[in-house]
Amino acid sequence: MSGTLPPYVRLANEIAAQFAHRPTADAATAIANHLRVTWDPRMKQALIAHAATGADDLAPAAALAAQQLQ
Amino acid sequence: MSLLKEPDFGTPARAGEATVELLVDGVAVLVPPGTSVMRAAKEAGIDVPKLCATDNLEAFGSCRLCVVEIDGMRGTPASCTTPVAPGMVVRTQNEKLGKLRRGVMELYISDHPLDCLTCSANGDCELQDMAGVTGLREVRYGSGVDAGANHMALPTDSSNPYFDFEASKCIACSRCVRACDEVQGTLALTIEGRGFDSKVAAGAGGSFFESDCVSCGACVQACPTATLQEKSVIELGMPTRSVITTCAYCGVGCSFKAELRGDELVRMVPYKNGGANEGHSCVKGRFAFGYASHPDRVLEPMVRDSIEDEWRKVSWEEAIGFTARRLREIQAEYGPGSIGAITSSRTTNEEVYTVQKLVRAVFGNNNVDTCARVCHSPTGYGLKQTFGESAGTQDFKSVDEADVILVIGANPTDAHPVFGSRMKKRIRQGARLIVIDPRKTDLVRSPHIEAAHHLSLAPGTNVAMINAMAHVVVTEGLVDRTFVASRCEEFEAWETFIADPVHSPEAVAGTTGVPASEVRAAARLYATGGNGAIYYGLGVTEHSQGSTMVMGMANLAMATGNIGRRGVGVNPLRGQNNVQGSCDMGSFPHELPGYRHVSDDGVREVYEKLWGTPLLNEPGLRIPNMFDAAIDGSFKALFVQGEDIAQSDPNTQHVFAALGALDLLVVQDLFVNETAKFAHVLLPGTSFLEKDGTFTNAERRINRVRPVMAPQTGKQEWEIVCEIAQAMGYPMHYNSAAEIMAEIALTTPTFMGVSFERLDRVGSIQWPCNLEHPDGTPIMHSETFTRGKGRFMETVYVPTSERSTRKYPLILTTGRILSQYNVGAQTRRTANVAWHSEDILELHPHDAEVRGIENDDTVALSSRVGRTTLRARLSDRMPVGVCYTTFHHPITGANVITTDNSDWATNCPEYKVTAVQVDLVPTSVAEAREPAVVGDAR
Repeated sequence: MSGTLPPYVRLANEIAAQFAHRPTADAATAIANHLRVTWDPRMKQALIAHAATGADDLAPAAALAAQQLQ
Repeated sequence: MSLLKEPDFGTPARAGEATVELLVDGVAVLVPPGTSVMRAAKEAGIDVPKLCATDNLEAFGSCRLCVVEIDGMRGTPASCTTPVAPGMVVRTQNEKLGKLRRGVMELYISDHPLDCLTCSANGDCELQDMAGVTGLREVRYGSGVDAGANHMALPTDSSNPYFDFEASKCIACSRCVRACDEVQGTLALTIEGRGFDSKVAAGAGGSFFESDCVSCGACVQACPTATLQEKSVIELGMPTRSVITTCAYCGVGCSFKAELRGDELVRMVPYKNGGANEGHSCVKGRFAFGYASHPDRVLEPMVRDSIEDEWRKVSWEEAIGFTARRLREIQAEYGPGSIGAITSSRTTNEEVYTVQKLVRAVFGNNNVDTCARVCHSPTGYGLKQTFGESAGTQDFKSVDEADVILVIGANPTDAHPVFGSRMKKRIRQGARLIVIDPRKTDLVRSPHIEAAHHLSLAPGTNVAMINAMAHVVVTEGLVDRTFVASRCEEFEAWETFIADPVHSPEAVAGTTGVPASEVRAAARLYATGGNGAIYYGLGVTEHSQGSTMVMGMANLAMATGNIGRRGVGVNPLRGQNNVQGSCDMGSFPHELPGYRHVSDDGVREVYEKLWGTPLLNEPGLRIPNMFDAAIDGSFKALFVQGEDIAQSDPNTQHVFAALGALDLLVVQDLFVNETAKFAHVLLPGTSFLEKDGTFTNAERRINRVRPVMAPQTGKQEWEIVCEIAQAMGYPMHYNSAAEIMAEIALTTPTFMGVSFERLDRVGSIQWPCNLEHPDGTPIMHSETFTRGKGRFMETVYVPTSERSTRKYPLILTTGRILSQYNVGAQTRRTANVAWHSEDILELHPHDAEVRGIENDDTVALSSRVGRTTLRARLSDRMPVGVCYTTFHHPITGANVITTDNSDWATNCPEYKVTAVQVDLVPTSVAEAREPAVVGDAR
């Protein structure tokens, strides 16, 4: 369980898990597309900022997706 | 409007072209083959006397009142059981027939109390009518107790909370028994005894309440006398006028005649011309309307500065002014995005539309969401991705042509009872049934119903199961290649994906717990058994893979060509009446009305011009995002319309923390609900009996909701929303709900042809209704999919992170029961509590035995987020390792147990999978039952 993660990290990781069977770059694009159309800007910004810190609690594809959102 | 009595044609209509011509009393009439002479006569405008016949039941031929003469036929056949024939010449009235009928009536009346003037059915009694029609002037045998042996002393059964069974008035016509069999499909009634001793009995001869009767009211409606009569009619007298309106409970959206005396509602009678229900009802819609006049109703606005304060009753002006001022103050301090709203599926399309407009045009953000977030948001996502439209594909009537019915994660006989009855009728006619559900629901096996396959899978493994079925279809050559080639895209990639042996039934048997042979057999049946129709419920959507599962079902339907005609399709059974409508109306934070994304410049421009204000092109917060943002301090004010999120949403601890963190919570509701405990403003709402607007049911059917009485609060809810907007400085004004619908039609392509005037004229319309589909669309995707080609989607099974452990070894799944509805705010305030006065934990006898638990023991139910206590019921409906409860009662607070896991795509909560432990509570402790507690159960 990931109860201590910030919500945007937990949710991004859950989305990333759905695309884990794809190559990371493809998965990141799919995740970023999903976030663009469904997430409130403050959540996207929080994710981007979190990824920028290099935190290791974000799935690699989600971290890459956060970069694509910038 | 006067009391509406629909014509009764005596026997059901027959499908087909009217090709049989006959003469009835010299009048030529043309009817389809198989039509009864009685119905043909009625079509010709001629009423044949009858007692045992009514047109929602097959002919029975017992009363002998409907005898006629037919040229070339011997004797006097019963017109109800005699089918028409070409050239037939029928006489319905002559001296001989009159004498025969009077003889029959004499026998009936000789054993019937002659208390017509004081009888509750006076004025609405078919026996009384037939006495008049047949010209009965004497009863040669005497009547009542003077006639010898009789049934006058039979006792009245008043055990049902809503109707009485006055056996002394029964004429043994069997209409009630047949209605229970043919219409409801419960088979709770029977005729006990033979000859003179024949009498109606409920179950094995006990009372109605003790029997299997589900109180749908079909027997009451069918009864031609006062034998089965609503208690409200007995108490208040016969109604004198009718208003046709729409039920406010489940997503079936039944049409009812609200029957009144003056302004007093006497009873709700299902409307025969209702497109969704065609004259049938359930215990909630038929009888459980008393909450609307319950003393708990809040009728005056209330305000308080702090949730620690007492409520202060205030004027509407003060409440609206306070709300508007605080919303603007909070926006000034924390930014435009710090406030938002939640709409309700218990409110009308027009009410929802005004709330999302308030948020977008006045709040200046997209922070609007709806309770569909916690039920069918994955349906919207999944069906839009695959078919291009966020809605079910069929009308309810389509199931009449299904050959194989696949029910997944739904319990329609409890949650959508009127559709459940229609489905059972089709199954009794021979359709095969596959049930995918951990629980052994009533559909799996009940009188005259048995599933060909019950795939009792482990909770949380739906996607593995649907993939396995699709794997069988693909690898065993069962794909409808013609359909796929002409109608779909991205099939080849999906075919490769799904053909991978990891998806085979054998490979996933250890995950789902279902033997591979059963899965293969079920998949073959669905693919090859004729028209295959999928019906699903929250057992699909309320999982961390809910959206994936919806896409998986769409894949299966497309692969087998089961889309685009009657008898097939992918059909969500919506939880609340207006789930479809509230979603249609732009309640989602990323979509404007008609499911058009907020980033679409062209769509935004339509609204910006009409509303005279720029609109944001970025999505807003979903409900769970609002809770998170409230806790992190960026979201400070919330307007909740008609939802009890404190009771209905998962992880109560988290919800309480969020609501407690708000600077302003405005609740619009009928009652001081659980959410209102955190509120600063309570705006009294209107019941469905007071509303003026429309509901859209699960089959996209837009039905009128007509005001049966004036709003008890003095205002329609959309008026209140408009007044808040005005007080915030935005000129939102409508003269009527019809004007709001006109704006919806003007701006939403799928609603282009909808208006109140048209709905009043045609009854109901199924969207899309526009230039392309001027009369609406009962069956979608018939020529092309809404998105053009149907799109196959890869559906990878990603198990939920919620797993059973040594500490929490069982899996809890939640749902609802027939007599109660969602958080129970309505049904708990009716006599329905007689059936379900508390939430019960169902668990398998094995799981109970190892814990020393017996029936009715009080048990503690705990998960990693909370704990509650409730009574246990041992039931082999549950598989070992799985337990079940409902969430109807706040004292239980089932959602203190559920977690904040959610569907990856939509954040629909994973109500259906929570790891729990169940422990016996010692008797001494159980007597002082603990309320639900939030927080770690450890």
